[in-house]
Amino acid sequence: MARNICKRILQTVLILFAVALLIFIMLRIIPGNAIVTMMGEHANPEAIERMTAELGLDKPFYVQFWKYISGVFSGDLGTSYSLNRPVSELIATAFPNTLRLAVCAALVAWLLGIVCGIIAAVKKNSILDHSFMGLSLLGVSVPVFMVAMVLQYLLAYKWKLFPISSGSAGWIGYVLPAIALGWNSAGSIARLTRSTLLEVMQEDYIDTARAKGLRQVAVIVFHGLRNAVLPVITMMAVQLSSLLSGAVICETIFSVNGIGRLAVQAIEGRDIPLLQGTILFSTALVILGNLVADCLYSVLDPRIRKEV
Amino acid sequence: MEKATLQVKNLSTSFFTERGEIKAVNDVSFTVPRRSIVGIVGESGCGKSMTARSIMGLVKYPGRIVAGSIDLEGKELTALSPRDMSVVRGEEISMIFQEPMTSLNPVMKVGHQVREAVLLHRKVSRKEAKNKVLRIFEEVGISEPEKRYNSYPHELSGGLRQRVMIAMAMVCRPKLLIADEPTTALDVTVEAQILELMKKLRDEVDTSIILISHNLGVIAEVCDYVHVMYAGRIVESGETFELFDNPRHPYTKGLMSAVNSLALRQPSLETIPGTVPNLLDVKEGCSFAPRCRHCNQRCITETPALSELSAGHNVRCHLVREV
Amino acid sequence: MEPIKTREEKELRDNSFRAVCRRLFRENKPAAFSAILICLMILAAILAPVITPYSYEEIIDPLNRLAAPSLQHPLGTDEIGRDVLTRLLYGARISLLVGIVPTLISMAAGAALGILAGYMGGKVDTVIMRLADVMLAFPSMLLAMVIMYTLGDGIINIFLALALVNWASVARIVRAETLKLRETEYVEAARSIGVGSLKIMCRHILPNCLPSLIVLFTLNIPSAILSESSLSFLGLGIQKPMASWGLMVNTGRQYLYTNPWLSLAPSLAIMVVVLAFNFLGDGLRDILDPHLKKQ
Repeated sequence: MARNICKRILQTVLILFAVALLIFIMLRIIPGNAIVTMMGEHANPEAIERMTAELGLDKPFYVQFWKYISGVFSGDLGTSYSLNRPVSELIATAFPNTLRLAVCAALVAWLLGIVCGIIAAVKKNSILDHSFMGLSLLGVSVPVFMVAMVLQYLLAYKWKLFPISSGSAGWIGYVLPAIALGWNSAGSIARLTRSTLLEVMQEDYIDTARAKGLRQVAVIVFHGLRNAVLPVITMMAVQLSSLLSGAVICETIFSVNGIGRLAVQAIEGRDIPLLQGTILFSTALVILGNLVADCLYSVLDPRIRKEV
Repeated sequence: MEKATLQVKNLSTSFFTERGEIKAVNDVSFTVPRRSIVGIVGESGCGKSMTARSIMGLVKYPGRIVAGSIDLEGKELTALSPRDMSVVRGEEISMIFQEPMTSLNPVMKVGHQVREAVLLHRKVSRKEAKNKVLRIFEEVGISEPEKRYNSYPHELSGGLRQRVMIAMAMVCRPKLLIADEPTTALDVTVEAQILELMKKLRDEVDTSIILISHNLGVIAEVCDYVHVMYAGRIVESGETFELFDNPRHPYTKGLMSAVNSLALRQPSLETIPGTVPNLLDVKEGCSFAPRCRHCNQRCITETPALSELSAGHNVRCHLVREV
Repeated sequence: MEPIKTREEKELRDNSFRAVCRRLFRENKPAAFSAILICLMILAAILAPVITPYSYEEIIDPLNRLAAPSLQHPLGTDEIGRDVLTRLLYGARISLLVGIVPTLISMAAGAALGILAGYMGGKVDTVIMRLADVMLAFPSMLLAMVIMYTLGDGIINIFLALALVNWASVARIVRAETLKLRETEYVEAARSIGVGSLKIMCRHILPNCLPSLIVLFTLNIPSAILSESSLSFLGLGIQKPMASWGLMVNTGRQYLYTNPWLSLAPSLAIMVVVLAFNFLGDGLRDILDPHLKKQ
């Protein structure tokens, strides 16, 4: 198994490399723009040239890329054009906020989702089932910004239960954005949990468990859930990516100083190093998360352990 | 005579679906004496599995037992609440299923699964429970019990898995073991071993067994007494030798000759014409009538009752004395 | 195969358009209702110039800016006096278009690459799947943002951006189906009589993937609509003077506390469309391809 883990790690590194390359290519197709934006359109052409040379943007592509990659390994992701600080520093300040937001959202999503899914499966076709599944469908269909704005309007502005902007509000400031962000994921998780549990309960080993004399609740918990949780874990890993996507919106609406907001700022400011850094970082997070999920899956499913 | 282990009287189980009532088990009565292996044989869909599940109390919605009594050494099972029934299951009656491949939880060690059965019904420590499991593994012929204890189902062969299932069913020394097609999914050589194991259990452990199969060879090999089921009813019962020597019901005769023609390599295979009737639409009259060579007017209009031909040999047919 | 005994069993295997519609309307009322709703919405969007009381750019009443909903303006007016309902209907054109076109592109590209990867195997498979892995590693919003940045504004670029973001997951699913189909007997039979690979892929594999593709199409449209509206919300998607619902939400955001309906109306519109497509997709999946649930 250790061999396979090494293999996976190598694959991961390669993918990260490809990702960095892709970002690099995409952002440099139009080199001139960045400097012009930064210096203003009426800046002196010579000044622009000087700036370009200073930033090394006139060097051939592979040189630039190599410089960047070697920088990444030593933790240097370049300097932000618009904010004039090292990108790594900016990311380091912003990341904990996004992490807090994502963790809260994930907790909301997974706990709520799994619990609702289990109840819906156990009480199949009851009112509870239909309402939970209806809510889940709603969760999956409502745009993140809508939930965020409705929450902000109602709970923060009108009823003043929570702060409107989360910047300096401490943990309570993360409640609303976490709900907005987690709402969507909760819906998918609930639906998947329900359908997987229903399928698992049709399996033969459930009959065996009941034939042993195990009571219904114990059958569901010890045999049903143990097997049903596996696809749900896969989905959780997939959702890491969408959580980060949704974070971009939530952070903007609730003024959370996280990576998403940083990325938006980078685009608006035509700030290539910052944009590169934030996207590389986010993608690395997603890939890492998937790796962890895969390891977790192989721990929980002994059949995979052998193959892995 | 000793009190029988199980007495089933007039058991009826139906499924209430959108399309109507499906009479899966229709007025079935039989007895399982102590220290015997009773066989139930019939085609797929004849109600034998449903009978087993009814006894175990494992009939799934939309099915339920509509009538009859199931007496396990004095205890009336149909009167038990689901909670009490779950106490009986695994301890006084257990069941093993056809597909050992899928009947074990794939993510749990097999030892733990068997241990679960022990811990459910006995107040012992985990360690003691594990010892019980190891002992039963030896009894059922699982080599290297300690190693197998920690194995997962997908690491074991079909025969081993079935032995684990038998171990799980026997670990609490039930009075009755129901084996639903236990060897159908196994190779012939493994099948022989499992059948030997069953005979050993009957002799040494004092557990009665109900063996359900569509395979006449298996039935002939181990059973003391056989019931033939068709379309939810028992159509013939008798001691094994008597039944195989002298089948009286046209369906039983058809079954036997079909197997014989295969074994004796006759020029053409004997078959029973027609198909199994729809259990949705159970009319009066013998259910086998549409396929029976000797069927007459009475057979179509009047449902025959089980009549005793000779000691222990019952047949459900109007024409039993004539044909 | 057992003989098909009842009429119901026959219907279960009939995948023709008529049969599917019939089953949908009989078994899954919400899905059928959604289908009708979607058709109506598309119709309304196409006929927008005809059915709206006001024209697109018409600034009715510069003095009547930010009016609350009234009889004259059922959804109020926006910040420069335009009727919101009119803008909503015209916005429907863009939003629906941006839902359907990129999804079509990503379906086509994803299916083609997925079948190619699954059927040809070997190096082709590895290259395509690694590419898909890289694409899938990006959080979709960030990837779309970068692509928009690279390509610049414009509706064609949005089509491309959204298509690029979605093709990889389609390719993965189609590849899995292809792997299964490749082992079927009729494909083996075709191969054994010398039918060329391309022909097999087009004649045998693709038609059998079609039910899953249809379901996937219906279920991916909502995510395209949501992505576009999120992008426009951030100011990176549709730009003025074109209107999309996402853009309307963004511009309305400034007035969230005073005139919440400016953002609420387009948000609700998005929600209704997405819900409708989700219902329809679920219903179609139950009929055409229950196995897709696992993915």
